[in-house]
Amino acid sequence: MNKRYDAIVIGAGHNGLTNAAYLAKSGLDVLVLEKNSYIGGATVSRELHQDWLYSNCSYVCSLLRPEITRDLELPRHGLQVVPYGGSVSFCSNGDYFGDYPDHERQYREIARHSIRDANAYERYEADVMKQTRLIRPFLLRTPPDPASLKPRDLKEMKYLMDAFADLGEEGLADTLRFWTMSIADYLNEYFETDVIKAHLAGSGIIGTALGVYSPGTAYVLLHHYMGDVDGTVGAWGFARGGMGAVSDALASSFRSFGGEIRVDSEVEQIIVKGNKAVGVALSSGEEIAANIVVSNLDPKRTFLNIMDEKDLPSDVVSKARNFKIRGSSGKLNIALDGLPTFNGIPKNSPLMQTDMHMLDSLERMERAYDDWKDGTWSADPYVDMLIPSQVDPTMAPPGKHMMTVFVQYAPPQINGRDWTDEDRDAFGKTVIDQIANYSPDFKDLILHCEVRTPREIENEVGLTEGNIFMGELTFDQLLFNRPFPGYAQYRGPISGMYMCSSGTHPGGGVMAAPGANAAREILADLKRPNLVPEAYADD
Amino acid sequence: MRSHDETMMLQTPFHSRVAKACELNQWDEWKGYTTPAAYTEVEQEYFAVRNSTGVFDLSPMTKYRITGADAELYLNKVMTRDVRKLNPDRVGYTIWCNDAGQVMDDGTLFNFGENNYRLCSYTRVMDWLQWSAMGFDVEIIDETADFGALAVQGPTSCAVLKAMGFKGIEKLKPFGISHFPFEDAEVMISRTGFTGDLGYELWVEPPKAITLWDRLFDAGSNLGIRAIGGNALEMVRIEAGFLQAGVDFVPAEETVRIGRSRSPFELGLGWLVDFDKGVFNGRQALLKEKREGSRYAFVFLDVEGNKPAEHSFILKGNKEIGTVTSAAWCPTAKSNIAFAQIESKYANSGENLTAEIYYQTELKWTRLLAKCHVIDSPVFSSPKRRQTPAPDF
Repeated sequence: MNKRYDAIVIGAGHNGLTNAAYLAKSGLDVLVLEKNSYIGGATVSRELHQDWLYSNCSYVCSLLRPEITRDLELPRHGLQVVPYGGSVSFCSNGDYFGDYPDHERQYREIARHSIRDANAYERYEADVMKQTRLIRPFLLRTPPDPASLKPRDLKEMKYLMDAFADLGEEGLADTLRFWTMSIADYLNEYFETDVIKAHLAGSGIIGTALGVYSPGTAYVLLHHYMGDVDGTVGAWGFARGGMGAVSDALASSFRSFGGEIRVDSEVEQIIVKGNKAVGVALSSGEEIAANIVVSNLDPKRTFLNIMDEKDLPSDVVSKARNFKIRGSSGKLNIALDGLPTFNGIPKNSPLMQTDMHMLDSLERMERAYDDWKDGTWSADPYVDMLIPSQVDPTMAPPGKHMMTVFVQYAPPQINGRDWTDEDRDAFGKTVIDQIANYSPDFKDLILHCEVRTPREIENEVGLTEGNIFMGELTFDQLLFNRPFPGYAQYRGPISGMYMCSSGTHPGGGVMAAPGANAAREILADLKRPNLVPEAYADD
Repeated sequence: MRSHDETMMLQTPFHSRVAKACELNQWDEWKGYTTPAAYTEVEQEYFAVRNSTGVFDLSPMTKYRITGADAELYLNKVMTRDVRKLNPDRVGYTIWCNDAGQVMDDGTLFNFGENNYRLCSYTRVMDWLQWSAMGFDVEIIDETADFGALAVQGPTSCAVLKAMGFKGIEKLKPFGISHFPFEDAEVMISRTGFTGDLGYELWVEPPKAITLWDRLFDAGSNLGIRAIGGNALEMVRIEAGFLQAGVDFVPAEETVRIGRSRSPFELGLGWLVDFDKGVFNGRQALLKEKREGSRYAFVFLDVEGNKPAEHSFILKGNKEIGTVTSAAWCPTAKSNIAFAQIESKYANSGENLTAEIYYQTELKWTRLLAKCHVIDSPVFSSPKRRQTPAPDF
């Protein structure tokens, strides 16, 4: 071993870089190791077709904590997030439902389908906002250990209990229901129109191996609503230059504090000596020493792949094995020769620049999930699709377009066996056929298409089973149970070893909160001043 | 299936005339409709209502038609007042609450007889109306776009309508409804309004809207008629003591934060709650509140000086006890009026309080601690409002 670093962070995804940036800002000598030849993990922009940039994993930005963006000066390091408005679901009968960001226009459009639903949306919006207001203050806080009597845990427990008490009796009942019920049941309490329910239900299943009727999916919806762009809660935006701009800005900020990043450096093992992490061994055989090792890999990869089970308490090994991180999504990234036409909306419609979806009933969404349970991809898939090149001039040449197509569902294995290239191509064809059902000229415009199944996402990015949240966002794996009970405060079971990935609180979605929260705990252990900002107050 | 364009901004049936009259080109948005903030000059528009006749296009007002064998029974459950006491061809001011006894909105209920009603409200309420309709034989239709409406308000308003040929209109009592033939259709006229003075509202199907506008302004040309926009109406309503949903209270089902909604008692609308009529939405919660007392009270304040107490904190001594929801200098009453929500124990007639007013002149901000006191009633209420037959001016 040569140089000993103060800290090594494994994985140059956005959380690894956020964590490393705060450690470096504190004056520590920090090395980030990345297995790929490029940084970013799942927050990446790649030129896979000449002159086209693909946000080929994560593709839109809302949850990225504004406190961190500002504190690490990410705009100065090149990050610009441009909000886009609304979304649209195309119906099989040729109609559509457009969710406009302007409230009155949204009302008129919902009223086109149902006047009652248009009015009910106001009640729905208020009720969902109650839930986001509850959860948002916790994003930049370390979950308390409910079994601990340490003053800080008691204080945080009190903060948690106070937040729940502030909901009032009715609010508390609503919250418990919300966290445990299915998105379909939840929406059925507000709406009568199929396409409106299907449209809103999408946020409850994205990235989750559950169906719209599965308990717990209402919370997943909340996870997609609790972000904001410039204070507009629930808004989403494009990172100019693709999602890689987030990682690039974080890396630039990290380097400005003296941090070092090595790519093509896959960690094979966290080296443990005397119940303490002392460094890492790379797959090249090189060993690098450090006082602290932070894993930005998901809990399964961290404890089952790059740690020796013999170094770990048995409960951690078994909890890591049982950790729920099921693959359920795929992705197509498409270079287009021009802007496609979609049924029902003109090309200059603001809806063209929004999230597009293709399923118009809860029934079809549940059937799509049935296929997943049957061990195959959905024959009638749900997509969350955008054409960011309409807004971001850096994504494709003028007049040409880049389309990002997130697909739900794709299983981690096909009927119990591994995906083959033929499966991947057939999956891609299914999705392209689905889009073409609603866009007559779409197929003719395709210049290049990258198809990513859970296999590609796992192998290239390192997300187990291709799970985009690094572990499902169900109640059993949230707050002080994320990733597992007893280990929710970012400390591993071994001294000097920490976790900072989306597998920890508050979960995935390009928030950078896990990385920042982990940094706060590490700095506390090192008795260094905290540098991680507090959350902005939501009045 | 409607097209993309139809989700763009809406226009009222009077729009072509409104747009021509709106010489200032100052526009607002009201429930998705393009509506004028001011036509020519706000003060003059205001004084038209107080001195002659002001015409306000209230077509965007949300309108529901409620019919069916159980319509009266149903509305009696939704509304806090006893709807059975509202006779045919009469209009009643009413409020409705959610099950927690918190006010969702106020509005006017038109009884057309034989279980046929129209409900006019500021907020949209279809979800709640349907929600409350379970078990009742009623049909509820949103007819907002099916009728254009003009408020014709002010001392000469009756004279204008007489000049239009609506014979016997002067005999229409306050809150009465009458129908008149108009062209080959009809116009419905109710003696209702938002101004505290003599005034009428004219309801017509959209194809007749332009003719109605033209004939109204012809008839009023020697009676001081003038179109008025939202800004003038705001002055008038504060002077007359009318609450506005979304301004003076948050519609209960739209509140996100706990404790931000208000009960009828807390809005000074307890007189609209009838506990003797049987079950209605919110009854249980309101009975409890009546027993245990209210948290807040809504009061009219007469504020010293001439600086409107907009967005002011209300103090008792040095203690903050409430906030102002609406405030204006009232040009007719020549007084400085504020609506405030304050802790209920201070809501006593004549109670002396302080309004913390911030105002600026040429970028210099001044903090003013203005004395104010609670008054019992609005500062403007014209006797003409109640006279039948209605006077000519």
